[in-house]
Amino acid sequence: MSDATRAEVCAVACADAFRDNGEILASAFGTIPAIGVRLARATFAPDLVLTDGEAHMVQGSWAVGARPPGPVESWSPFRSIFDLVWNGKRHIMMIPTQIDRFGNVNISAIGDHARPKVQLVGVRGAPGNTVYHPTSYWVPRQSSRVFTDKVDVICGVGTDSARRAGAGATRFHELRRVVTDLAVFDFDPDSGRMRVRSVHPGVAPEDVQDASAFELLVADELTETRTPTSEELALIREQLDPHNLRAAEVDA
Amino acid sequence: MSETDVIDKLESGMTIGIGGWGSRRKPMSLVRAILRSDLTDLTLVSYGGADIGMLCAAGKVSRVVFGFVTLDSVALEPNFRRARESGAVAVSEYDEGMLQWGLYAAGIKLPYLPTRAGLGSSVMDVNPRLQTVGDPYGSGEEFVAMPAIPLDAALVHVNRADRHGNGQVLGPDPYFDDVFALAAEKTYLSCERVVPTDELTKESPSSTLILRRLQVDGVVEAPNGAHFTSCQPDYDCDEPFLRRYAAASKTAEGWEDFRQTYLAGTEEDYQRAVARFREEGAA
Repeated sequence: MSDATRAEVCAVACADAFRDNGEILASAFGTIPAIGVRLARATFAPDLVLTDGEAHMVQGSWAVGARPPGPVESWSPFRSIFDLVWNGKRHIMMIPTQIDRFGNVNISAIGDHARPKVQLVGVRGAPGNTVYHPTSYWVPRQSSRVFTDKVDVICGVGTDSARRAGAGATRFHELRRVVTDLAVFDFDPDSGRMRVRSVHPGVAPEDVQDASAFELLVADELTETRTPTSEELALIREQLDPHNLRAAEVDA
Repeated sequence: MSETDVIDKLESGMTIGIGGWGSRRKPMSLVRAILRSDLTDLTLVSYGGADIGMLCAAGKVSRVVFGFVTLDSVALEPNFRRARESGAVAVSEYDEGMLQWGLYAAGIKLPYLPTRAGLGSSVMDVNPRLQTVGDPYGSGEEFVAMPAIPLDAALVHVNRADRHGNGQVLGPDPYFDDVFALAAEKTYLSCERVVPTDELTKESPSSTLILRRLQVDGVVEAPNGAHFTSCQPDYDCDEPFLRRYAAASKTAEGWEDFRQTYLAGTEEDYQRAVARFREEGAA
């Protein structure tokens, strides 16, 4: 029996999203995904490339919220990140404000785009990211407000939207995983719909459906999300997040 | 040149690009000069931060061309939020890479550049002018034809420059300042310090000279000119002041109070008020 917290299970689930990714730029938004990619690189995915969030790619395993001690392995100003996005050797994990059953994601505005009820940050790089390289999502608090029937502004392109837009959009489009505080999802290759793959320990499958405004597919071999190994737990607790910032994102 | 000289070169109704990124190396002394001016009806193109928020709040803006507007440490720009939610400004919202592509197309005199970015997203719907273009070489793929975004003027802030307009970035990232300059009819550059040309490369490699006088039409010496955004290595983002701005700007009244306190006078008045804010914080 593992004594791992939900936040730690989530961190490992985020790390697992980058398993077997090879030598790519792993870009992670949010505390727990940041722990996840660093954990992946420190253990089973040593070839991952990580940035300091500014203009450098850096080696090492440093704590979230801290400046990386280095060493710097390359220069990566925003210009070069844009080139890398379009070149495709990247896998990003973004945080949706809204996500629908096909993985369309909104981070731009709630309500009518012409005069939003709530202005969010903007589409940012989500349209380009999703049609150029693999994309995953992190939802710190799954609810039917986030897992919504229809997103107000499509920023991250979902499977149905990509198909409608044609080969230019589908060629490199690949939604990999959605990790939430309750479960891990992927997308059914035929229907393009979101599918529960594993449920976190202590979560009932119906809790996952209850926290979604749309009907979720369920994988044939639904499993329980794996718990961290003792090596992973030690890395998370002692090295990657010694101040427990993860608990501010997932409080369980 | 002074900030006021730059304002004299600008006109209401112009399309103006603003360099930097979010809360990083924004030409804020030039933004503050626009705030004090009678310029209006501006179209702003920016990887946006407080530059966009302040100019929207001051009623200077009719349209914002953007991919995001953020203060970085404070995710949502409160003045931009209010401008959008009250319908005060129109927008052209593009993917960040599309924005670069539009500026680059303008810079290299093309009407458009193709990209996959935008396909399948609402960017295609909220910008009804956007067209797609087929691959003429027969792959069968369709791409977004990102239209050029020509600028009447670009405003950028760098660490050092010579008086001829050769600009030097000593920090880690040039952002897209040179692309803004390339896309613009006129570029006005502010800098922390104007130095003789031969000093530019005395201690720094020539790869830091990212703006060329070919693309620069005026130089303003503006120490602390990017404040409260960062201008590394000269200074970091002034986070306490950023938080003061963000908290004040949550309401129209709060913003007006902030504007009266910090932005109603000259640039010198602003810098003095910031120094006072810092002393009060230290006390």
